[in-house]
Amino acid sequence: MKVNHILMSGIAVLAAAAMAVAAPGSGTVSGKVTYEGTPAKQKPIDMSKEPSCAKEHATPITTEGVVTGAGNTLENVVVYISAGAPDGATAPAQAVTVTQKGCQYVPHLVALQVNQELKIVNEDQTSHNIHPLAKSNREWNKSQPPGSPAISEKFDKEEFIAVKCNIHPWMHSTFAVLKTSHYSVTANGGAFTLPNLPPGKYTISAWHESYGTQTQDVTITGSETKSISFVFKAKAY
Amino acid sequence: MGKFFAVVLTIIALVSAVPIVRHTWWMPPDISTHGHAIDEQLTDTMAEAGFSFLAAQLLLAFFVWKFSERKDSGPIKSLPGGAKGLVIAALILVGTEMLALGVLGQKAWASVYFTPASPNALHVQAQAGQFAFYFRYPGADGKFGGLHPDKIDEGNQNYFGLDPANEVEARDDIVTGELAIPANREVLLLMHSKDVGHSFYVPELRMQQDFVPGLDLSVHFTATKVGRYEIVCTQLCGLGHYNMKAYLNVMAQDDFEKWLKQKASEQ
Repeated sequence: MKVNHILMSGIAVLAAAAMAVAAPGSGTVSGKVTYEGTPAKQKPIDMSKEPSCAKEHATPITTEGVVTGAGNTLENVVVYISAGAPDGATAPAQAVTVTQKGCQYVPHLVALQVNQELKIVNEDQTSHNIHPLAKSNREWNKSQPPGSPAISEKFDKEEFIAVKCNIHPWMHSTFAVLKTSHYSVTANGGAFTLPNLPPGKYTISAWHESYGTQTQDVTITGSETKSISFVFKAKAY
Repeated sequence: MGKFFAVVLTIIALVSAVPIVRHTWWMPPDISTHGHAIDEQLTDTMAEAGFSFLAAQLLLAFFVWKFSERKDSGPIKSLPGGAKGLVIAALILVGTEMLALGVLGQKAWASVYFTPASPNALHVQAQAGQFAFYFRYPGADGKFGGLHPDKIDEGNQNYFGLDPANEVEARDDIVTGELAIPANREVLLLMHSKDVGHSFYVPELRMQQDFVPGLDLSVHFTATKVGRYEIVCTQLCGLGHYNMKAYLNVMAQDDFEKWLKQKASEQ
């Protein structure tokens, strides 16, 4: 009998240990980001000073300060865990790429981890001079003539960095440099998902370039999917 | 050797005069109301300087040809009055020429810079910033909203730093990347720089004016021919100066009103 007891408790301890040490969790936080109210109109961009780019757009492109989708959903919202999870141990080896094409940054927003490699590519027939307006990270700007190789850079501090081109004033982008490896950027449809979460209490933040940041607390106990939503207030101007 | 030099000198002098006389690389056609006075002044100056230049070169060639083989190194002849007389004569001649050009030409300058704009000129604001020009029309209320540099947000097309949320005058302002104006209507261009020195230059308009940081400057002009003309920055302003330009679009009055309405709807 006593041996059985010892065996059972031994197995129980092992099982508990196994659950605690298991690296990726199986909880998920997912949801949608929407807005209420009327967002400011996005304005067409006049590229006449750069004819090689102007001719790439049959109709002028518009600014991307607020990109919306069906059902009042918001794109380009960075949803990430701001508290409750350890920082990403090492940056992923895979680089993240941003391309200058048609005098536009594609994609409009890039999320990456601290010390993860960022590749900057110029596919236009004109020079660009990319200038991340970093405040915590080192601020730099680099010229990139057409046909030159990709620029490789990385950032060592968490920061949402506004990015501009020194030659083409309408170009604008954001580099969202994050400490955590748990992040999701909403695309068309406004959906986000943060999988592989171990049990714990988390603070989820949602950042939008025009509407600011919102936070919510979520607790994961096992393998469940917690559904949350963020609603931003649209501004007319 | 000397005679050969004299011949070469004559050829160079005459050949260099040919493209000037034939207007080979001349200014583009003038589309402004004030331009003819400037063109006249430039032509007069070129003619006077040209004649003096040719006369001096041909005279030099003549003297080299005539005296290059002379063995005696003493003076050739003495002019009556000596060198002093010659210098005084030259001063009077050249001085009168300069004075004449200045007096006759000051009207060209004064008509552009010392006359005020007419009271019903179209007011357009121009901002030069590294490395693009942007223009603002006052909209239906005829008033420009205030400029707030802290509100400048180029990624969202707020180049002037307008505050429509709090200022009624700013709500109907029309900001564009090209300068469209109606033909045959005087335009008052109110200029300021967002950062460093730039310059507004439209060769066809015979109009060039620096943007000086900290100063509110203005020029006024009337364009007479419909068309699209390049505005180039002609003051070195940084690494993108080579790329800094905009377009002046001179349109018929109706087309201009249609264009302005279209731009207003895009704000």
